[in-house]
Amino acid sequence: MSLSSRFENIEMVQHLCSKLLEGRDIPEELRHWILMAVREGLANAIKHGNQQDQSKHVHLEMDIVGDTLAISIRDEGEGFEPEEVADPLAPENRLKTSGRGIFYMRTFMDDVRFRRHASGGMEIVLKKNLGALNEKEGKPA
Amino acid sequence: MKTNVRDAGGVQVVELKGKITIGSGDVQLRETINKLVDSGKKHILVEMKEVTTIDSSGIGELVGCYTSVTNKGGKLKLLHLPPKINDVLTVTQLITVFDVYESESEALASFRG
Repeated sequence: MSLSSRFENIEMVQHLCSKLLEGRDIPEELRHWILMAVREGLANAIKHGNQQDQSKHVHLEMDIVGDTLAISIRDEGEGFEPEEVADPLAPENRLKTSGRGIFYMRTFMDDVRFRRHASGGMEIVLKKNLGALNEKEGKPA
Repeated sequence: MKTNVRDAGGVQVVELKGKITIGSGDVQLRETINKLVDSGKKHILVEMKEVTTIDSSGIGELVGCYTSVTNKGGKLKLLHLPPKINDVLTVTQLITVFDVYESESEALASFRG
């Protein structure tokens, strides 16, 4: 699926992801954190990747294979070096007004990977194991 | 997001309702607080009870508002944090930055202390 770079599309994708999770025995709290990670990934692609240029698109794939939810979000921007993103927990960064989106994705999902896509842009792949979960595991660490 | 500001004995209680997310509520929060700061208000209590969703952008604006008020010699405190927003502030260790209250009367009294 390809979407224009508009923040309004974030809720639509959250709704689609929620529909994908329907029928699975997932604690409400875990569902909330997954949807927040999706929100952060899309916001990152629209704002930082595509610079809100509505002529650029965000490319999205979502699927559940076995017990694993996998979400790929790719922008058409210039990309970035994930290891250069500042640690929002460092005392000097704690009061910064931005720079927490990737941290939240990493906190709420089991696996978050970044790569420069062959056809350009940056791709983020978020994964969450939906198997053998309970309420306690639904909470962020 | 909807905002309402009321005066409670010199403390500006900013009631937020709805989402504080990117493109929807984040800038509105900043503008509401900046307006209060620019008019000389220094004691601000943000009522969060009816905030349904917040994202990293909304958290960033909340932090920015805290810094703006503090830099002007004022205080910004939070009231009635919903559990999930408490979690979001906790994982980024921001919960230690904000003064958070569960009782409005206690929160208001804290500005006088």
